Amino acid sequence: MWNSMKKAFPVTLPVLAGYMFLGIAFGVAMKARGLGMGLSISMSVLIYGGSFQFAMIELLTQAFAPLTITFMACLIQARHLFYGISMLQTYRQAGLYTPYLVFALTDETYSIVCSGAPKETEAFRWYTAVSFLDQCYWVLGTFLGALVGQFLPMHLLEGMDFSMTALFATIVTEQTLTSLAEWKAGRMPFSEVLFSPALGGCCTLISRIVIGRENFLLMSMMMMTVGFAVYYRKGEHGA
Amino acid sequence: MTDGQRILCVLTGALVTLVIRALPFVVFRGERRIPAFITWLGGQLPHAAMAMLLVYCMKDMDFSHPSGAFPMLLGTLVTVLVHVRFRQTMCSIVSGTATYMLMIRLMP
Repeated sequence: MWNSMKKAFPVTLPVLAGYMFLGIAFGVAMKARGLGMGLSISMSVLIYGGSFQFAMIELLTQAFAPLTITFMACLIQARHLFYGISMLQTYRQAGLYTPYLVFALTDETYSIVCSGAPKETEAFRWYTAVSFLDQCYWVLGTFLGALVGQFLPMHLLEGMDFSMTALFATIVTEQTLTSLAEWKAGRMPFSEVLFSPALGGCCTLISRIVIGRENFLLMSMMMMTVGFAVYYRKGEHGA
Repeated sequence: MTDGQRILCVLTGALVTLVIRALPFVVFRGERRIPAFITWLGGQLPHAAMAMLLVYCMKDMDFSHPSGAFPMLLGTLVTVLVHVRFRQTMCSIVSGTATYMLMIRLMP
C-alpha cells in the first residue's frame, strides 16, 4: 500500500492544494459560527462531501430539521449517483477495497480516477491510495482550520464564513461558463444553459420570500422537483 | 439545537450521502439499463443545487439599511468577476471573502 501511495501522491497534488484550502475554510467557518472542532472533524471523516458540509454549517445553527437535512443531502449529493454509474464496472471488481472506494468517491477524486489507473500500477490499490490521500488532505485541512479558528479572536473571524457563499458563487460561475462554452460549440441549446441555475435560484428566492428566513429550503426543493419533471416532459427529452 | 441534535444531523447527512454513493452499485448490478430521465437529471441537478445554495447563503440580507445587503452583494460580485477573469477557485474565494470582511468592518 505504501508503494501505491508514493505512486499516487503526485497526481493528487492539485487536490492537496484545493482540499487543504477548502478544509481550512470549512474549519474556520464552523468555528466562526460557534461550532467546535470535534463536530467539524466528524463531518469531514463521516460525510466527506465539501459543498454539503458547507451547506450544513448554516443548518446546524438553526432549529433541528432532520427532514431538510435529508432532502438537502439528496439534492446536493445526487451528482454522486453519476460518478458511481461511471465507475461501476471498475470499482465493482475491487473486492475488499470496493466499500471504501464507493464511500470516498468525491468530485475531485472522481476527476482523477475517471481516466483510469496508470498501467504500471496495481489498479485497485492505486484507486484506494488516491481516495485515501484525498480524504487525508480534507480532514487535515479541517483540523488546521478548526485549530486556527480556536486561537484567532472571534472578532477577527467575523465574516470569514462568507467563504461558503464565495465557494457556491464560484461553482455557479464555473458551471455557467462551461455551459456557455458548450452552447457556443453548438452542443447545447441556450435554454439548457439557463434553465437549471435559474430554476434553482428562482425557486429558492420565491420560497425565501413566501416562507421567511427559516426552513424554506424544503419548499424550494419540492418546487425544483416539479420544475424538472415538467421541463423534461415538455422538452425534446420527453419520450 | 442541542449538541445531541447536531450529532444526529451529522449522522443523518453521513448516512444519506453514503446511501447515494452506494446506490448505483446496488441498483445497477448486471446489465440493468439506466433510465434516460435519471441520466438527464444527473447533468442538471448540480447546476440547480448550486444556484439554490448561493441564494440560500444570501438569505439574511436586509434591505432596510445599506450595510445589511451591500457587503454581501459586493463580495459575491467580486467573487464572480474574479472567477470569470482568472478561473482560479482559490483566488476567487479569497478575493470575495476579503472584500466582504473589509466591507462589514467599514460599514458597521
